[in-house]
Amino acid sequence: MSSAPERSVLKDRVTAGLARRYRIERIFRAAGLGALSIGLLFLGFFFYTLIGDGYKAFRQTVIELDIALPEVAFTATDDSSADALREVNYLGLVRDSLRALFPEVTSRAELRELFALVSASASFSLRDRALANPALMGQTVTMRVLADDEVDMLVKGNVDRDAPEVVRRISDRQLGWLDTLRAQGRLYLSFNTGFFTQGDSRDPEMAGVWGATVGSFYMLAVTLFLSFPLGVATAIYLEEFAQRNRWTDLIEVNINNLAAVPSVIFGLLGLALFINWFGLPRSAPLVGGLVLTLMTLPVVIISARAALTSVPPSIREAAMGVGASKMQTVIHHVLPLAMPGMLTGTIIGMARALGESAPLLMIGMVAFIVDIPESPLEPSTALPVQIYLWAESPERAFVERTSAAILVLLVFLLLMNATAILLRRHFERRW
Amino acid sequence: MDGTEGNGAQSSSNVAVVEESYKTVGDITSADPVIEVRRVDVFYGENHAIQNVSLDIGLNEVIALIGPSGCGKSTFIRCLNRMNDTIESARITGEIKLFGEDIYGRQMDVVMLRARVGMVFQKPNPFPKSVYDNVAYGPRIHGLAQTRVDLDEIVQNSLERAGLWAEVKDRLDLPGTALSGGQQQRLCIARTIAVGPEVILMDEPCSALDPIATARIEDLIDELKQNFAIAIVTHSMQQAARVSQRTAYFHLGRLIEVGETDQIFTNPAEKLTEDYITGRFG
Repeated sequence: MSSAPERSVLKDRVTAGLARRYRIERIFRAAGLGALSIGLLFLGFFFYTLIGDGYKAFRQTVIELDIALPEVAFTATDDSSADALREVNYLGLVRDSLRALFPEVTSRAELRELFALVSASASFSLRDRALANPALMGQTVTMRVLADDEVDMLVKGNVDRDAPEVVRRISDRQLGWLDTLRAQGRLYLSFNTGFFTQGDSRDPEMAGVWGATVGSFYMLAVTLFLSFPLGVATAIYLEEFAQRNRWTDLIEVNINNLAAVPSVIFGLLGLALFINWFGLPRSAPLVGGLVLTLMTLPVVIISARAALTSVPPSIREAAMGVGASKMQTVIHHVLPLAMPGMLTGTIIGMARALGESAPLLMIGMVAFIVDIPESPLEPSTALPVQIYLWAESPERAFVERTSAAILVLLVFLLLMNATAILLRRHFERRW
Repeated sequence: MDGTEGNGAQSSSNVAVVEESYKTVGDITSADPVIEVRRVDVFYGENHAIQNVSLDIGLNEVIALIGPSGCGKSTFIRCLNRMNDTIESARITGEIKLFGEDIYGRQMDVVMLRARVGMVFQKPNPFPKSVYDNVAYGPRIHGLAQTRVDLDEIVQNSLERAGLWAEVKDRLDLPGTALSGGQQQRLCIARTIAVGPEVILMDEPCSALDPIATARIEDLIDELKQNFAIAIVTHSMQQAARVSQRTAYFHLGRLIEVGETDQIFTNPAEKLTEDYITGRFG
């Protein structure tokens, strides 16, 4: 080592270390970028499979039929004529129109195959249309009816038409009829509005998420209206008014632990308390909401307390210095400033509640419910549960519907988060 | 006596510390006292922060509290409007009277006390509301204005006396936090006087401000003393000399000397006072 004046000793030493320091920094940055990329990759893969599987569910195969409606005299005020309208054999009408399209089909076995092309909902759709517009009776109307889910799968290409007949659920004869219908312009894909307006069904072509969506909505409404005020009030009390002693420490430890309890246990509690003891109706969104409130409350309390603590003490002192009481200080000054943090915590809790299905199993929201619930007291199901039920179903058509339902759930979550962001912006601007 | 350093500093060991008693030099009383403090001790846990202090705050006069960092000036002043209540470990003994009423007595409502004894803090802390709402908040919660017109009048009056009206009269909706540092502190002063207190306590109100803003506030204090009793804690001896009529020198929790400002700064009686003023320490 050559001797050198002190200034250049510093320079040399620093220079020697600089290369290594920058190299380490580059490695960290690359690692961070790599971790981010892996996360994005998985996210991309997730959306790719989801959308790839699910987009087909948004369109549905329909068959156009010409149906000759019989004459039925109808007066709006006459109940018996309404009954007459309801008692028309719509199923027979649908079958007649099919026979009219293919007059050469005569044997019973072949006719059965022909009728299997349309969905069981066809006659009900026809009846609903007639009841809505009685003036149509006596005319021949062109009606689009849903095709059976096996036909739907074939048209969407999920079933290989070149496979041998024994592995296909569509026979060669049916294939021929379908080709004829397509050539006549009577067989095509149309937007699947039923997916968004109907409740659950055993027939995939009739199944929709609306029942589950409404059930989830009622449940979340109950959860929000209970957990937010209760959570915020508890946090305010614990943070501002309670004495710091052993009891409050115990409470705090318990709240923190409750936030980590598996959600199934809350379901059991709900079953024992709300259904057995309070006697609330089983499978109701009200009970689901109550159970989810229990689950969300610790999260709301913890985040609300953190938000309250983050308000600078100078604001409290300023308010107290002017002669505001404790409660006035909290309500007028601390709470508005803590609101963004509280809302964020609540929305996070809500998002978790939206995706829960285990506690709902216990209280019966896993049942097969076809009707759309009209109030939080009627039996209903929830979106995550609906997804689970469809994932379990054997029909091929439910595969794409499951993915589509997951997409609906994600949109729901996205809307909730967007609302949270808007609310936060609104409160944060005041600062 | 055992275990104490000569100046009665605090020890955090479990051995009971017996402190030497001392006597404050100078006249602690005032001609027209508004607040009378007698034999007050303040403990933060085991920390004996204020030792046996007695002092008067007089009407229509400004008293400056000076002393080195950590000597207890802020602690003392916070006792006068019971802001130390917010600190869990604080314990106060002795007697403090506002116009003859014991402020720690059962009859004295702490909210009422704080309306009568206002405080301006070291770092300006306007509410994150509009200028108008900042000043109107106190009168609103105490119900001082019957109508909106009354409230407007109180707000304008306070802002004028604080010397801020001309600058904000067209922008009363502006958020309080959008003003400059000096303006914010004047806003805080306006907010305090809007409630109409009898005493104003100021805890180093100009320490975060530039000299021009400081000068304006010192002028303001001079005007305000005609209506209020003012106690100001300050680190700047020049400020104490400019603004106050009486000065009290604190040292490590003890009130060493109190007297007319002129006398304290030209001819202090105690050596500790003299050392501080001439800059030998502090």
